Amino acid sequence: MRTTLANLKKGQRAVIVDLNIDAIPLKLLEMGCLPGNVVELLQIAPLGDPIYIDVNDSHVAIRLETAAEIDVEIITVL
Amino acid sequence: MAAQNIKIALIGNPNTGKTSVFNHLTGLNQQVGNYPGITVERKSGACKLPNGTKGTILDLPGTYSLNASSIDENVVIELLLNKTDKDYPDVAVVVTDVENLKRNLLLFTQIKDLEIPTILVINMSDRMERKGISLDIAYLEQQLKTRIALVSSRKGTGIDTLKGLIVNYHSLSTEPCLNASSIDPEYFNGLRNVFPTQQLYKLWLVITQDVNFGQLERNELHNSSFAKSKPELKRLQQKETIKRYQFINDVLKTGQTIDNSKAKDLRAKLDRVLTHKVFGYVIFFGVLMLIFQSIFSWSSVPMDFIDESFASLASYTEAHMAPGKLTDLISQGIIPGIGGVVIFIPQIAFLFLFISVLEESGYMSRVVFLMDKIMKRFGLSGKSVVPLISGTACAIPAIMAARNIENWRERLITILVTPFTTCSARLPVYTILISLIIPEKMIFGLFNQQGLVLMLLYLLGFGGAILSAWILNKILQVKHKSFFVAEMPNYKLPLFKNVVLNVLEKTKAFVYGAGKIILALSILIWFMGSHGPGEKFSQAETIISSQPENKALPEDQLNDKIAAYQLENSYIGIVGKSIEPVIKPLGYDWKIGIAIVGSFAAREVFVGTLATIYNIGSSGEDEATIKQRMNAEVDPITGKKIFNFATGVSLLLFYAFAMQCISTLAITKKETNSWKWPLIQLFGMSGFAYVVSLITYQLLK
Repeated sequence: MRTTLANLKKGQRAVIVDLNIDAIPLKLLEMGCLPGNVVELLQIAPLGDPIYIDVNDSHVAIRLETAAEIDVEIITVL
Repeated sequence: MAAQNIKIALIGNPNTGKTSVFNHLTGLNQQVGNYPGITVERKSGACKLPNGTKGTILDLPGTYSLNASSIDENVVIELLLNKTDKDYPDVAVVVTDVENLKRNLLLFTQIKDLEIPTILVINMSDRMERKGISLDIAYLEQQLKTRIALVSSRKGTGIDTLKGLIVNYHSLSTEPCLNASSIDPEYFNGLRNVFPTQQLYKLWLVITQDVNFGQLERNELHNSSFAKSKPELKRLQQKETIKRYQFINDVLKTGQTIDNSKAKDLRAKLDRVLTHKVFGYVIFFGVLMLIFQSIFSWSSVPMDFIDESFASLASYTEAHMAPGKLTDLISQGIIPGIGGVVIFIPQIAFLFLFISVLEESGYMSRVVFLMDKIMKRFGLSGKSVVPLISGTACAIPAIMAARNIENWRERLITILVTPFTTCSARLPVYTILISLIIPEKMIFGLFNQQGLVLMLLYLLGFGGAILSAWILNKILQVKHKSFFVAEMPNYKLPLFKNVVLNVLEKTKAFVYGAGKIILALSILIWFMGSHGPGEKFSQAETIISSQPENKALPEDQLNDKIAAYQLENSYIGIVGKSIEPVIKPLGYDWKIGIAIVGSFAAREVFVGTLATIYNIGSSGEDEATIKQRMNAEVDPITGKKIFNFATGVSLLLFYAFAMQCISTLAITKKETNSWKWPLIQLFGMSGFAYVVSLITYQLLK
């Protein structure tokens, strides 16, 4: 199923399909947030934002507005 | 080559244990300074290498790649692009974490492209077994065209291997590991034709980065037909990154095997508790309470000791040197000035001890994650939590800690509001004022009323910071994109050595950042207080002793009275008197005015200045005496107590909000690179303080 990273549920894994490069910090790309890589949503902050993901073995927290710019294909449906 | 001194640059991502490796290589043989013109720390150290060779190691700021997004990262690029720099390395040592090898190798492949001899350190090798990681070192060395040292900075293993590789740096390959220019052959071929003598990757970096590198060349590049729009360049940077990861993934596919069943147990469990929607916050506030409790109870002993030592040093100097201007300068200006700096070291050191343990362990990143949404509402970032907590020690290292906030707008607001938090210099002022106006009573038989007021003032400081952040967020017209990327590192037991060195660094930032200014102003204020124009000052002794009512006074009381009369007619007394009309509506007289003016050196000068003004100089700065004297002070016209409840509260609020720290203004200027923001801080905060104190006094009196 195709959606954005912002819509993933906790524990779900997905493959990055595409991303809006202008809205994404280069640092995130450098951490491995790139098309083709697997991303897993590990935690959602208690207030709903930010989210804590594992992408390309990098553990990072990003805000939902950034996550919404990353299109993913879900691979584990919970 | 025995007498040679090898220049080594230590490079690596944040959280790879780069600093631990540095500490192992250099021992305590380190120098910490600043890069010229900016506040980025420059750490270097000497290292003994095999065969009597010596090495100078430069520990460069942590960076994720050579595409700089902060001034810290800029330092790395500027150095590596400038062969004529005196620090330009003979050999680069790239430190990586075995658990994050894939990501860490990105920077490594970029460094290799610069054709510097490069050694790869794979750190934290002690965790390999537990995490089920095995490496084919020979294969990796061949593919990455380098030599590898497997190091455990925790156990201290592998350091000798690394030293051996450094000594033989001549034998290292300087060939890049991949051909990054294949992402846009046409563009790069064009570049190569125009600048045949330049290294291609270097040109690319100069084009994409905002670095201070060869201004001329830069202009040339812009004028040439190679100019690309920003989005185009970014797209190319993305392509470059993808290309590098493809290479790295291919290499690691053969060179690294990970048994996934062994990974991620502890992290997941701890994360579940520490970022829990209830326990997460409970634990965080518990930790905060614990920190503040311990700082107060632990630091009072060394602080009392420092206070007494400097007081006795001053009187010893006064007694043993020939009387005169120089003795006065040393015993009344310099020694108390230095004492005024040193007294804060215990509190600052203890706070940074806790903060650095929290950061080293990985917990602070979870707090950033928990707090981001709340802070964002006020125009701040989750990462603003660290500066705001650090601000309770001293605003100077706190403002510097805002540097890793990637969004300029959020960073700016953090810098601007951090000085509202109750720093250690406000405490002596609070303590004495509270003890004057708040009765020592227990509430519900549980809480000390004075302690409660002090806590309230702390909350007021945070409240002031948050409120002004909210206002700034509304009015600041700074364009921004809400970038927030926080790495969530592994949980680790903090290394004692790293913590200690970090505390030393932060304390030094205070001592050198604030110390110089506090000392200089203390001397200036001493001078203004001990010199004055006209006869009233120079003839004070004759004037006072000739007054009939003073004839019967014992000698030390008479001396105190003369000192007070002198102060009244000194330069600073004149300043105090001339600002009296402005501060009268807040409930202050000219004597308090002098103390406020003095506070611009450092807030705690308030207490000492009042001690002199209330002519109790001869009995020292004993708190009980000052308190008594302040309590007895009456207005000559109305006959009412000066330090009544209304004035006391008004003063407390003034000290809570006013910007009275020149050192903080200086650091804000440095970090924002403009006079505009420190001036906004100065007038915004002091203006706010004035209005609040005015309203409070007028309502309470």
